[in-house]
Amino acid sequence: MSGRTYLGMPAFPVAAKASTKDERLRANLRHATRTIRDKRARAVGELDDWALLREAGKRIKDHTLRHLDTYLLQLEERVTAAGGTVHWAADAAEANRIVASLVHATGETEVVKVKSMATQEIGLNEALAAEAINAYETDLAELIVQLGDDLPSHILVPAIHRNRGEIRDIFRAQMGRWGRPAPQGLTDRPADLAEAARLHLREKFLRAKVAVSGANFMIAETGTLVVVESEGNGRMCLTLPETLISVVGIEKVLPTWQDLEVFLQLLPRSSTAERMNPYTTMWTGTTTGDGPRDFHLVLLDNGRTDTLADEIGRQVLRCIRCSACLNVCPVYERAGGHAYGSPYPGPIGAVLTPQLRGTTSEVDASLPFASSLCGACYEVCPVAIDIPEVLVHLREQVAAQPGHGAERAAMKAAAWLFDHPAALAAAERAASATRAALPRTLPLGPAKAWTDSRDLPELPAAPFRAWWKQHRTTRQEPAE
Amino acid sequence: MRVALFATCVNDAVLPRAAIATVRLLERLGMEVDFPEQQSCCGQPQYNTGYRRQTEPLVRRMARAFDGYAYVVTPSGSCVAMVRDNYPRIGAKARTEGRGEEPAVAAASLTPRVLELTEFLVDVLGVTDVGAYFPHTVTYHPSCHGLRVLGLGTRPLALLRAVEGLELVELPGAEECCGFGGTFAVKNPDVSTAMGADKIAHARSTGAEVLCGADNSCLVHLDGMLRRQNRGRGDAPLRTVHLAEILASTEADPWSVA
Amino acid sequence: MSSRDAVLARIRAALADAPEPEPVVRDYRTAHVRGANVPAKHVPDEYAAVVDLLAENLADYRAHVHRCAEAALPALLARLLAEHGSRSVAVPPGLPQGWLAEAGGVRQHPDEPPLTARELDGFDSVVTTCRLAVAETGTLVLDAGPGQGRRALTLVPDHHICVVHTPDQVVASLPQSLARLDPTRPLTWISGPSATSDIELDRVEGVHGPRTLDVVLLE
Ligand code: SF4
Repeated sequence: MSGRTYLGMPAFPVAAKASTKDERLRANLRHATRTIRDKRARAVGELDDWALLREAGKRIKDHTLRHLDTYLLQLEERVTAAGGTVHWAADAAEANRIVASLVHATGETEVVKVKSMATQEIGLNEALAAEAINAYETDLAELIVQLGDDLPSHILVPAIHRNRGEIRDIFRAQMGRWGRPAPQGLTDRPADLAEAARLHLREKFLRAKVAVSGANFMIAETGTLVVVESEGNGRMCLTLPETLISVVGIEKVLPTWQDLEVFLQLLPRSSTAERMNPYTTMWTGTTTGDGPRDFHLVLLDNGRTDTLADEIGRQVLRCIRCSACLNVCPVYERAGGHAYGSPYPGPIGAVLTPQLRGTTSEVDASLPFASSLCGACYEVCPVAIDIPEVLVHLREQVAAQPGHGAERAAMKAAAWLFDHPAALAAAERAASATRAALPRTLPLGPAKAWTDSRDLPELPAAPFRAWWKQHRTTRQEPAE
Repeated sequence: MRVALFATCVNDAVLPRAAIATVRLLERLGMEVDFPEQQSCCGQPQYNTGYRRQTEPLVRRMARAFDGYAYVVTPSGSCVAMVRDNYPRIGAKARTEGRGEEPAVAAASLTPRVLELTEFLVDVLGVTDVGAYFPHTVTYHPSCHGLRVLGLGTRPLALLRAVEGLELVELPGAEECCGFGGTFAVKNPDVSTAMGADKIAHARSTGAEVLCGADNSCLVHLDGMLRRQNRGRGDAPLRTVHLAEILASTEADPWSVA
Repeated sequence: MSSRDAVLARIRAALADAPEPEPVVRDYRTAHVRGANVPAKHVPDEYAAVVDLLAENLADYRAHVHRCAEAALPALLARLLAEHGSRSVAVPPGLPQGWLAEAGGVRQHPDEPPLTARELDGFDSVVTTCRLAVAETGTLVLDAGPGQGRRALTLVPDHHICVVHTPDQVVASLPQSLARLDPTRPLTWISGPSATSDIELDRVEGVHGPRTLDVVLLE
């Protein structure tokens, strides 16, 4: 059972100091993110109306969020009418309690799980373990993470930090402890690794009585839930057990059935770079003779309503967890997902985690700064979340917290100087005049952070202003 | 045509060559260039670090300094992006937070008149061949703000291609960030330099003599890394040169290192 | 206060000053392929192009595509089962009589009463119809209607043969498909055989769902 959690993670720059030097991690991430980047561009390039779909996706989400109470109530009514039961969880602890008691009520002590970000976020597996319930992850990458007693480092491909050789070693060493051991002589061919997972998990699927899932979309108009996946583990969990418990963030609701025509185009192409992912399951409540007899929907808040209250931050709730922003992010590629200290790594994590958890811990306060603001994430985001805008907005909140006194003073001094040109000119002249005395490396603070790896620029003999004064008096007026 | 130069604080204090080159280039093209001395900094470092309110006086100062000019030209994409993207936000917030209309009015009056150098050359003057001469192999890094916020597109490359004697070689991974990112460079130095190292490795792989950019803040970072790396290296040093310097260089008055 | 009321109250408080966002505009395409908006019956050539695109996209995601006329179907199904080495096939209620008439050597078992998951695991293949197919994405949609069976039936066996009735079951695009589907039915969308991108973000076919997907485009 994976006991590792994100508690007490170091600040982003501290974690990244180590991970940027991990050559194998860097190579794994470089290879994987570059593979998917080009493919995404091709899949998106096939649709000449991508910009219109993106705009529609953005507006549908904005409209839904503006009327979230209405759509959640409609959803609740439709799910209930179709034979499901709806629960509301204000926070992680309540969601975990609800799920545990639903599992207890079935008399079972194990559940199979479809990959779900919401259950990662609330630490469901650990909470169930504390209640003597084993939760088995069935997504291939989640399985790799669980068997390796590891933490996910990517939204779509939680084991992206592992290469095929490492995966083979984990399977060989750990599968036997959890159930069917890895086949003799398992190689590191991806097809063989997939086959090993198939054999290992088949037994669990066939005997499972309870499954836990998330959902990509919930349709208020019809009460339909949608799970998008590739491997078939989702279908197994969603159809074979008798009881299905879906834990879904409240922002995942969409108003109408028709809205899926937008999101089922945006999501697969942004996520796995496919025209359509191999499997999508849609269900509405329960159906006699087909799939689970009991269906429970747990609607999760856990900080989302706080995010909703923030005028700039609320756009982050449009996110459909495609992970395109991670795959293009130069910071993510070099720092790796674990440095973000939450199940949501990369650009989306940097804007979502500080809103869900607040910015009091070191790592959460460092996340808004874990970006060069290059904007690559915004460019690919299928629902046009202006991640740089939200990052800067969150930086403002962090900068206002205690502990930023020195920086604030420096920023204030610079701003003052820039607002007083005479003083500025004097400072520039002084800097130029004393430039020979500047050392190449500096011992402390931001200056040290710069000069550890970079020379400082050589200051000019005179600032531009000085040249201009001279130039203005000597230049010939250009012919009109 | 009379245009105002917004030199930017970095170019003014640290890298005046790009600003000087911009003046020479624009004058060569027949412009009457002014440098309103009340200008200073656009406020980008403060804004991007989370000190928005401290940029309000700078917004007002910028608007006053450039009042009355039809065109304000600057050789720095990120500073134009700051004005175009963020000044309206700063103004709107000052208004909703009850600090009056002035920042919003200042932003609205200034923003549409501020142009990045290549925008001004290609869109306003309609030129791509500016009569430059630069007999070197060059590779071009399109800085993120120019690329994504301003959408400069092929303008810089079109200008470079028209330069006599210049051999342009394609930079692999050109659209990737160089890792500067303002205070990011010191708040996350390891990631920043890892990104910079990859950018430089790509630039070196082209065999170019010159890594050209249109934004000196990125070039300060890359140049700092290059000079650190170049020390003790035997091969021909790769150097960074601002696009304006290349465009200002002519056969009669060629660019030189010193 | 119940959590339900608390969450709803928090939502309302959060949105108290929020402006109404820009209205939703659906100016994206309803289909991308040429001729997609023309009713099938009127312009057969263009409909043929849509069916061709379906075949192309199915094959691109590693489904095996076969085309045949109704009369040749039993022989084709028998051949596909034989080629897969199948000794048993699960049969959904409502599969047209006679489709498996020539698959003599294969044990045929109806899913009536429903087979358990474990029993299903013992079957080599399953043969079904579908509700519709989407050309632009290479997708089959099953809605548990006649000849399709419940969802588990097309999931547990390792080989799925799906017959698409091309004269009326192929639509060009996603928007067109959703308009024809009934959301109250359990729906399974299938685009190629089971796959994963979990190892180095590279696509590998074949994990938990059927590893072989044969699609018959019935003319
Ligand atoms: S922020 Fe945008 S790009 Fe990133 S995961 Fe969410 S939807 Fe995808």
